Amino acid sequence: MNRLAFELRLWPVLRWALIVFLIVITVFPFYYMVMLSFVPIEQLLTHPGRLWVPVQSFTADTYAEVLRSEDDGGQGFAHFMRNSAIVSLSCTVLTLVAVIPAAYAVSRLRFRGRDTIGAMFLAVYMFPAIVIAIPLFVGFTKVGLGASLVGLVLVYIALTLPVSVHMLRSYFETIPESIDEAAKIDGASRWMILRRITVPLAMPTIMSTALYIFMIAWNELLFALLFLVTDRDSWTVSLGLTQLANGIEVSKTVLMAGSVLLTVPVVLLYGLAERALTEGLTAGADKG
Amino acid sequence: MTTTASPVKPRRSLSARREGRDGLVMIAPTALIVVVIIVVPIIWNVVLAFQDTSLKTIAEHGVTGSPTLDNVLAVVTAPSFWSSLWTTIIYSVGATAGSVALGLAAALAFRRPFRGRGLVRTFMLLPYVAPVVAVAFVWKVLLNPQYGLLNAWGTSFLGWNAPIDFLGQRPLALMTVIFFDIWRYFPFAFMFFTARILAMPNEIEEAARVDGATPSQAFRHIVFPQLVTTIALLCLLRLIMTFNKFDDVYLLTGGTAGTEIAPVRVYDQLTGNLDIGGAAANALVLAVILAVFLTVYMRFFGRKGQDA
Repeated sequence: MNRLAFELRLWPVLRWALIVFLIVITVFPFYYMVMLSFVPIEQLLTHPGRLWVPVQSFTADTYAEVLRSEDDGGQGFAHFMRNSAIVSLSCTVLTLVAVIPAAYAVSRLRFRGRDTIGAMFLAVYMFPAIVIAIPLFVGFTKVGLGASLVGLVLVYIALTLPVSVHMLRSYFETIPESIDEAAKIDGASRWMILRRITVPLAMPTIMSTALYIFMIAWNELLFALLFLVTDRDSWTVSLGLTQLANGIEVSKTVLMAGSVLLTVPVVLLYGLAERALTEGLTAGADKG
Repeated sequence: MTTTASPVKPRRSLSARREGRDGLVMIAPTALIVVVIIVVPIIWNVVLAFQDTSLKTIAEHGVTGSPTLDNVLAVVTAPSFWSSLWTTIIYSVGATAGSVALGLAAALAFRRPFRGRGLVRTFMLLPYVAPVVAVAFVWKVLLNPQYGLLNAWGTSFLGWNAPIDFLGQRPLALMTVIFFDIWRYFPFAFMFFTARILAMPNEIEEAARVDGATPSQAFRHIVFPQLVTTIALLCLLRLIMTFNKFDDVYLLTGGTAGTEIAPVRVYDQLTGNLDIGGAAANALVLAVILAVFLTVYMRFFGRKGQDA
């Protein structure tokens, strides 16, 4: 067998082996998470190697326990989810309000300092998050934002700004400038053009940017941990799960139910807008 | 409009001036947030790094102490700092190389269509979009020596003598953490490679194949050269992000068993000892190391990347 014939046999086999392997490693942990979230802890302890659950041991008590408030003997995840939702949604809205005009300005307008601001943007985000965490921790404590969701929202806005600007700017640049010019000749102001023309045209990209911001805010841990750890009432889901998983009091399958509750909103949103999101994030990457 | 506006003219036209004003107004909220939440803290961090402060003294006196080099000196003379830096480097390089390589392999495997490709491609991004806290927890349960699936299978099917504590012993814990990060971030590389491959013209490769090139030769000489800039960009991005990464290691091991990466060490200094000056100095030294690395990297590869 010559090299060509050998390779023509080898690669398809390796390709399928890799695809199967990838499916297993990406899907299995999530299957396992959902499965364990429906069983009592004894099932896991007595049959750790099992990949399925006998129907009779199926239970939804894990969800009931994890969601119930602490006063009712639960873990209070319903409350954590409310906190996470408030933080993520307000962060998404506020970031978009700031970022849409900024991205428009960077893509369309010439003004003094534009390049400086662009460069500052890049440079500043090379710093480890932990560098800004320390002064923010100290500063927020001082101005009374230390253990509040408001402080957290502010930080998340700052964390999601650069990628959001990038996603929107890349799209704005594909909208022909002649549309702006035409509107301008008809007497539209810059803000009117942005509101009436650019935003409606860019709606799909704006939605995927919104999704990106929501996901970052919903998944974030470090700052929640630093700011809110002492105040259980304002814990986010990520923080709640982290803190409870460190202890031994709460059973692992109950926490699996918590993990599912943490994961489902993000995965659902991602499923709805997968293509738009990947296109937005990789904008510009196809140019090589 | 854009043709009339020129920044070199001493007196600019009315519309150019209006354009400049609108631009500044539009970017102001974003710039303000970046300055208040990112730039000021970075500068403040530098100040803190040169002060002998704990949370208590800051609460009482604010930032007043006279500058001192003690923190920075303490950081760079502590052996544990250098060992944590070394761990961070191994972790960053291992996770970056692994995730970029696996992402590339995955993108190549998905290159030609097959039934269900769209759906499977959607699955590929799950590790990346799912909350790190949830997936780290699943991994911890899967790897647990008492009730973890992996150890249950290992001892009953693979003949392991005893369960393996994947996250509790050196050097296994660091390797496990690296594997976790490869798993979690290969989708990121996959996404970029897929976008790049989609935009690549197929003709040259097809012509080469018609002329008798084997798949590996076609890849080596035609596909790979077109992916080099994407590989370089991804390596750089992932290296920076992993170097700064805190959550993954904190959640899996808490920095024990030889996995104490620098950001986790800073976190421990900050919350455990409330040693703000020390933590700030440590974070500053890290940022400087990263900046030096980036400068060197840009010097060597920056120009190459521009003309490709």
